[in-house]
Amino acid sequence: MIKARVIVTLKNGVLDPQGKAIEGALSALSFSGVDQVRQGKVFDIAVEHDDKAKAEADINAMCEKLLANTVIEDYKVELV
Amino acid sequence: MKTAVILLPGLNRDRDMIAAITHISGEPPVTVWQTDTTIPDVDLIIVPGGFSYGDYLRCGAIAARMPFMKALKEKAAQGVKVIGVCNGFQILLEAGLLPGALMRNASLKFVCREVELEVSNASTAFTSGYSQGQIIRCPVAHHDGNYFVDDATLKTLQDDNRIAFRYANGTNPNGSIDNIAGILNAEGNVLGMMPHPENLIEHAHGGVDGRALFESALGLVAA
Repeated sequence: MIKARVIVTLKNGVLDPQGKAIEGALSALSFSGVDQVRQGKVFDIAVEHDDKAKAEADINAMCEKLLANTVIEDYKVELV
Repeated sequence: MKTAVILLPGLNRDRDMIAAITHISGEPPVTVWQTDTTIPDVDLIIVPGGFSYGDYLRCGAIAARMPFMKALKEKAAQGVKVIGVCNGFQILLEAGLLPGALMRNASLKFVCREVELEVSNASTAFTSGYSQGQIIRCPVAHHDGNYFVDDATLKTLQDDNRIAFRYANGTNPNGSIDNIAGILNAEGNVLGMMPHPENLIEHAHGGVDGRALFESALGLVAA
């Protein structure tokens, strides 16, 4: 069993209205000094086999085909 | 002219679309379920609006990977006209049939109101029933209609007259780049748009400004 974590974040330059709203809420809670918040997604994926190279290749393909919209998002795959 | 309307779980504007097509063409469209692997011979395919798969992952992301999409892409490549409205637009973008992405509205609020649209290109298969620059009324109802595309692709859309509709007179409801409300593919046979023309096609709706879009697509406009 191999476990992986996929982190999907918005590309630089893509407006993140939800991140902006979170920034506003943090400042409403009196947290000072927050320059920027960008919201993303995390996917924890477990695969059945123990072939690390195959798992990494498969999960990268999953990101390209479904988990990330590469028009607006970047992704990072970490085997854990 | 024959029309097919795609059905997916979570759509809610499919019946409005079927009613509009039936009303305008005099013939009910055929319906295609998401798991169908073929689409009958039609002249126009419509992906209606709603919340397919509950907007899970990203709006339209799951729907765009369902079996019907392979058949739809083949039909589009053959030149069959395709319209995606609202969630249908999101689905066509996720499927890669149109460039760009639809983000959360800049206001973060769901918008349900009437906007004004400028017909930015009246020389398309979908807009020939309008005049160039005409301002029409159209309802919108969405949470994720904030059109985004990179600068280079935006310039291509502008230079190639592929922006069919823009929000006009300060009515941009979602923060879309360049006030974009609807775009075409490079070949001009695929249109995606956030507003709902199917909800303004008969006098009982309070207006008929959406009607010419379907009349254009169905070849009912006098040349």
